[in-house]
Amino acid sequence: MTTATLSPTTLSKAATFEAQAVKTSARRNRLLSLPALIIIGIFGVLPLIIICVYSFLVAAPYGGVQWQFSTDAYLNFLFQRDIFDDTLQFTPDFLIIYLRSFLFAVVTTVICLLLGFPTAYFMATRSPAQRNWWVLLITIPFWSNLLVRTLAIMFIIRDEGLINNALLALGVIDKPITMLYTNFAIQLGLLYAFLPFMVLPLYSSLEKLDFRLVEAAYDLYATRRQVLWRVIIPLSKPGIIAGCLLVFIPALGAYVTPLILGGGVHLMIGDLIAQQFGSGRNWPLGCAQALILMAAVLVALFFYVRNTSGKMQHG
Amino acid sequence: MDIKDQPGFRSVAIICLLVLYVPVLILMVFSFNSGSLVTHWEGVTLKWYGSAFLNEEFHSAARNTLIISVTATIVSTICATLAAIGMTRVKPWRGLAAAFMVINLPLMVPEIITAVATLSFFALIAGAFGLNFGIGNLIFAHTVFCIPFAYMPIRARLEDMDLTLEYAAADLYATPWNAFKRITLPLLVPGIMSGAALAFIVSFDDFTITQLVAGPGQTTLPLYIWNQIRRPMTPEINAISTILLLVSILFVSVSFLIARRRAK
Amino acid sequence: MPEQPGKNAIEVRGVRKVFGTGENQVAALDTVSVSIRENEFFTLLGPSGCGKTTLLRLIAGFDFPTAGEILLHGQDIAPLPPFKRPVNTVFQSYALFPHMTVAQNIGFGLEMLGRPKAEIEARVAQMLKLVKMEALKARRTSQISGGQQQRVALARALAPQPKVLLLDEPLSALDYKLRKEMQIELKRLQNETGITFIFVTHDQEEALTMSDRIAVMSAGKILQVGTPRDIYDRPAERFVADFIGETNFLPGTVVSKKPGVATVKFASSATISAGYPEGFDPTGEVTLVVRPEHADLVPDPAKGTIAGTLSNIVYFGTDTHYHVKLDGGENFIVRHQNSRSSPVTFATGAKVGIQFEEDAARVLKD
Repeated sequence: MTTATLSPTTLSKAATFEAQAVKTSARRNRLLSLPALIIIGIFGVLPLIIICVYSFLVAAPYGGVQWQFSTDAYLNFLFQRDIFDDTLQFTPDFLIIYLRSFLFAVVTTVICLLLGFPTAYFMATRSPAQRNWWVLLITIPFWSNLLVRTLAIMFIIRDEGLINNALLALGVIDKPITMLYTNFAIQLGLLYAFLPFMVLPLYSSLEKLDFRLVEAAYDLYATRRQVLWRVIIPLSKPGIIAGCLLVFIPALGAYVTPLILGGGVHLMIGDLIAQQFGSGRNWPLGCAQALILMAAVLVALFFYVRNTSGKMQHG
Repeated sequence: MDIKDQPGFRSVAIICLLVLYVPVLILMVFSFNSGSLVTHWEGVTLKWYGSAFLNEEFHSAARNTLIISVTATIVSTICATLAAIGMTRVKPWRGLAAAFMVINLPLMVPEIITAVATLSFFALIAGAFGLNFGIGNLIFAHTVFCIPFAYMPIRARLEDMDLTLEYAAADLYATPWNAFKRITLPLLVPGIMSGAALAFIVSFDDFTITQLVAGPGQTTLPLYIWNQIRRPMTPEINAISTILLLVSILFVSVSFLIARRRAK
Repeated sequence: MPEQPGKNAIEVRGVRKVFGTGENQVAALDTVSVSIRENEFFTLLGPSGCGKTTLLRLIAGFDFPTAGEILLHGQDIAPLPPFKRPVNTVFQSYALFPHMTVAQNIGFGLEMLGRPKAEIEARVAQMLKLVKMEALKARRTSQISGGQQQRVALARALAPQPKVLLLDEPLSALDYKLRKEMQIELKRLQNETGITFIFVTHDQEEALTMSDRIAVMSAGKILQVGTPRDIYDRPAERFVADFIGETNFLPGTVVSKKPGVATVKFASSATISAGYPEGFDPTGEVTLVVRPEHADLVPDPAKGTIAGTLSNIVYFGTDTHYHVKLDGGENFIVRHQNSRSSPVTFATGAKVGIQFEEDAARVLKD
């Protein structure tokens, strides 16, 4: 064996070369990521900063803003300034719309979960070939045009739509039941829109489930229902949380569904915000409303991150 | 009966599938309705497709949609590919975590907020600097939310890729550029195609952001449908909707099949 | 051992490799030095995590040493990227390019070196013949079996005629029979090509049967370098004796010593004289190692080197293991090869003697 040894404290030529290579590759990787970051930075992040600023300005009479500091937009969210004596009066109109949207989103999430879990579980227990077909069949509506899908619901529940026509023909009813432009229509539309958003994450978590654990549970005298509640559901918790989030967030900010199925009568947050930029001509108020929605979404995301990172710590 | 089965789950799954497909299938069927009502069936015809294809407004909407979607898809796919390469399987660089958040930001912000924010942004630069890119406004807006959709499958593909393949290439005298060109890129192509297909669908189908950001004369197909809903409707709208759905189905299936082949 | 500087293919000098930074620093290699001769089949043997793969990756250029030099024919290659080193690797997972055919895989290295097309074609054909894969040259690598992939990986690494071929546990994914076949195949390829092979494995049997020399590694250090016979018969450390083959360890105390031979006393107060490795000064508590097949069982306890009671007999087909409880309380195994006419039979519970020559035992550090 050679006896040549070097002092272990001096860096070798190779280590210097490696340090240089690491630096070069970090620079290259940062450069590669730059175009995407610049585009999203300018046209995605900067606009969000702008609406933060706008929310503290005064509305211009014909849309847009006047550069004058004001917290009116936030005050207007809960209060209305009396035209005559300038006092603030509690006006819960916007708050009610927010609470209603929240309720819509919660109901949508719960029903989607109740329908989506059995569906995803059924898919995950099929043979690989059948599974592929099921996944494709759920993936297609996931990516299909939401406007068109909402339109399809509209055609069915119209006064002269398929459901009413069928019921009239059967003689169950003698005049059409009004379903379009009701809360029911919005709720139905939300369910229809977001069901695939629940099924797919649930499926990808159930697909990875080790079914030998299910066998072990049966071996230890668990019944079918006990296996479901004590083994399968706890193990698919990450998928359940992801699915709920993927339904809840877009449902809370839904715009197209209430626009078409609510007919401008039953508003949700999304329509309310859009209205301020259209007929409402109060951009600062719209920006404030958007930021309040964003805050709600961040709270939901925060719970998600806390839940999932806790999971990782437990292995 | 398989021990994995849970009673009733099969029925729920079949009901879900029916609920998802029946309304859309009815909408498609009525595009062949010879009557002029969207709900009363009278007979089979193709005339609504004919009238859609002859419709000047439809032409211009289709042209706008294609210009926006194709441009946004190309730009976003290139950016997403570069970013995925710079951000996946690399030694962590300063700012990597922040960059990852920025890339995924458009997925986390509700669409309506992105829509009004983008509208405010373009109004501001138009007011302050007199800058208006015309249909370019929509292209920029679409590119932003297309990037994360294109990014996801490319990143997934890179993560799946065996790092030793690149070591092997370097071992066999391939310079970093040659290793990328001959090994990494060819193996990445399915991910890039899948990403481009997704970017195209989300751009092609976008309604919310387009509706708020679009200027006069910048009608896209979803906006055209929206305009039609507010008038007395004929099955022509079913025909156009059917075309939109078929485009979505085509691109989803392509993206799906590419991803499946990878899994094998 | 004698060193011939000019004849070394690879010289590793004082190489350290530290992964991580600050508190999480781990020294994967702790000041390793070793010389590998030209045309040698050299094996790095050790348990997983001992640093053998790290050393191989440093030679290949996938990692860079924190300190030290790696000389290839006298030139320091440690600061060179992998694509500038005339060494090629056969990976554990083969790492065949899935989007290329067998022939394209084999030709890849030459193509990257910018060799003319005709030369590449001729060389690929030659390689295909060498690994007997001519019939499958147009196949995709996903369409051939594991053993065939192994051959393609070998051909691909040999095609550019590297100065040194590195093999990272290349046989571990194959089943037993195929592995045996490939061991012979690898030896044949090394003989035919005359290229220096550096082979990494955790399989001691593989190392003993294939290598010209073996370096036994543990915890980032090389413990012993030598021929298979050196390593097996004259282990330098307890770890080496334990890792390679089966061994009896008897704790004892040194009572006297003369150059090269120490006398050790055991719990049963029996004494044995045996050799010890160079550079080791036996005093106090030591361990005596004896291979099970280097000892014999005798019916008369008085005739044995040490005595005990036969506690168990385990039949293995080719040989039989006799478990003996020594009078001092230690366990000892004697391996006896079965023949058609084994004259003596033993019964459990019998008092027996264990006999072995002085050079069958070795005194090592406790």
